[in-house]
Amino acid sequence: MKNHVWRPLFIVLAIVAGILITRTLLVPDDFGIGERGYMYGWHRKSNEAEWKKYPVKYKTATVCIECHKDKYDDIKDSPHGSISCENCHGPNYDHPKDPLGLNIDRSRGLCIRCHAYLPYRDSARAKIPGIDPVKHYPQAECIMCHYPHDPTKSNPKHRNPEVKS
Amino acid sequence: MMNRREFCKKTMIVAGGLIIPLSALEVFNPRRLYAEKNDKGKVRWVFLVDVHKCVGCGFCVKACKIENDVTWDANVTRTWVERYVITRDGQTLIDSPKGARDGFTSQKIDQAHAGLKDVKPEDIAKGFFVPKLCNHCDNPPCVQVCPVGATYQTQDGVVLVDRTWCIGCGYCVMGCPYGVRYFHPQLHVAEKCTLCYHRLSQGMKTACVDACPFGARRVGNIRDPEDPVTKIITTEQVNVLKEEFGTKPQVFYLGSSMEVK
Ligand code: HEC
Ligand code: HEC
Ligand code: HEC
Ligand code: HEC
Repeated sequence: MKNHVWRPLFIVLAIVAGILITRTLLVPDDFGIGERGYMYGWHRKSNEAEWKKYPVKYKTATVCIECHKDKYDDIKDSPHGSISCENCHGPNYDHPKDPLGLNIDRSRGLCIRCHAYLPYRDSARAKIPGIDPVKHYPQAECIMCHYPHDPTKSNPKHRNPEVKS
Repeated sequence: MMNRREFCKKTMIVAGGLIIPLSALEVFNPRRLYAEKNDKGKVRWVFLVDVHKCVGCGFCVKACKIENDVTWDANVTRTWVERYVITRDGQTLIDSPKGARDGFTSQKIDQAHAGLKDVKPEDIAKGFFVPKLCNHCDNPPCVQVCPVGATYQTQDGVVLVDRTWCIGCGYCVMGCPYGVRYFHPQLHVAEKCTLCYHRLSQGMKTACVDACPFGARRVGNIRDPEDPVTKIITTEQVNVLKEEFGTKPQVFYLGSSMEVK
C-alpha cells in the first residue's frame, strides 16, 4: 500500500507510545493496586508509610505521671480524674525537652466547655454541675477560687475567702 | 542495503512496537487485577461513638486539630460535634459552632442566616450531642470518584489521601455523603480524617479517643472478636449514618436518635 496511507497510523502509534513512555516515567514504581483491589486500592504504596511517620504530639496522661506525680495524685480520685492532662495543658510534644514548660490555660473558656449550664436533661451534660458563665463571678478566672486538679477543693495558690469549701 | 532514514524508521517501529505491549501490560497485569478485592486481613479499624456519653466539651475536636495540624482558625475540621435540640413542637435544631472546637458554652443555637435561636428550657423535648468523623466506609464513594488514584483505602480499612498525588479536582469532596472532606487551606489538596493512622499503627489510640474524658469515642479492630469495641458492635443496638447510601460506614453509633442524619 502507498506510504501516505500508513503515515497517519505511524503517527498515531508514535503518540500512543509517547504517552505510554511518559506514563512509565511519571508514575512511581510502587503505584499500583493495593489490597483493596482496583476500585478502592489504586494508589502509591509508599504513601501509607508517609502517613505512619506523621509525628505524634499528644503522648497521653501516662507520660506525665513520672514527673508530675503530685498533680496526678491530686486529680486521679477527684471529679476531674477522667480528664487527660493534655486537654488542659496542650500536647506534650517533647516536653520537658521541647517545650521546657507546658501551656497553662487559665481561661474561663476552658472550664465552661463542660460547666456552662445547658438544659438538656437526658444528655450526659446534665450530670455535670453547671453554672451560668455570665452570672458566676464573671470578673475572675475560675481557678482563682477552684483548684482545677481537684475541684472539690479551693485553689491553695489563691486562698480566696469567698470560697466556702 | 538500508539507508539511514529507513534504519531510523524501522528502529522506531520496533522499539515502539515493543514498548506498547510492555507498558500496556503494566496497566492490565492480570495477576494484579486478581489482587483480592475483599481482602481478609487481621485488622480492620472501626469506630464507636456513644451518644449518651458525649457532653459537647469539644476536647476531641481541639486534640484532632492540633495533632493533625488542621488549620486552627480556618473553618475546616476533620471531626466535629453537632448539637441536636428537638423542641416540643417537633422542630429539630442542629448546630456546630466552629465544629465545637471550643465546646458548647451557650444555650443559643446557631441557625446560620436565621441568627442565634434561644429555645426556652421548658420547650426542649430532647437535647444531645453527636460527634462526627469520617466513616471509613467499606464502599467509600470518595475513593471511587478519584480520577488519579490519590485517595485510597488501606488494607486495615483507613481511607487516606496522597497529598503529593492529589490534583485538587474536588470530586471526592462532592462525593462524600457525610461531608467529611474539605480542601486544605494551604496545600490545596483534599483533606480528611486519617483515623490518626500514625497513632494506630504504633499501638496508640486516635487523638480524639485519648482526649475524650467520658469514653464517648472508641476505636477498635472488628476482626478481633475479643476487642471490647467489637463485642459492643456485635451484641448491642448500634446504628450507622445514612445506611441507605450503601456505603457501609464503619463508624457505629450507640444511642443515636432518628433525628440524627
Ligand atoms: C521528664 C519529666 C517530665 C514529664 C514526663 C512531663 N513534665 Fe511537665 N515539666 C517538667 C519540668 C522539669 C518542668 C519545669 C520546666 C520549667 O523550668 O519551666 C515542667 C513544667 C510543666 C508545666 C508548666 C509548669 C509551670 O509552672 O509553668 C506544665 C503545665 C507541665 N509540665 C505539664 C506536663 C504534662 C501535662 C505532662 C504530660 C503530658 C508533663 N508535664 C510531662 C518535667 C516533665
Ligand atoms: C481541668 C483542666 C486541667 C487538667 C485536667 C489538668 N490540669 Fe494542670 N493545671 C490546670 C490549670 C488551670 C492550672 C493553673 C493552676 C493555677 O495557676 O492555679 C494547672 C497547673 C498545672 C501545673 C503547674 C502549676 C502548679 O500549680 O504547680 C502543672 C505542673 C500541671 N498543672 C500538671 C498537670 C498534670 C500532670 C495533669 C494530669 C495529671 C494536669 N495538670 C491536669 C488545669 C488542668
Ligand atoms: C471535660 C469536662 C470538664 C472540664 C473541662 C472541667 N470540668 Fe469541672 N467537672 C467535670 C465533671 C465531670 C465533674 C464532676 C461531676 C460529678 O460527677 O459530680 C466536675 C466537677 C467540678 C466542680 C464541682 C466539684 C464538687 O464540689 O463536686 C467544680 C467546682 C469544677 N468541676 C470546676 C472546674 C474548673 C474550675 C474547671 C476549669 C479549670 C473545670 N471544672 C473544667 C468536668 C469538667
Ligand atoms: C470568686 C470565686 C469563684 C470564681 C471566680 C468561680 N467560682 Fe465556681 N464557685 C464558687 C463558690 C463559692 C461556689 C460554691 C457556692 C455556689 O454554688 O455558688 C462555686 C461553685 C461552683 C460549681 C459547683 C456548682 C454546683 O452546683 O455544685 C461549679 C461547677 C463551679 N463553681 C464552676 C466554676 C467555673 C467553671 C468557673 C469559671 C467560669 C467558676 N466556678 C468561677 C466560687 C467561684
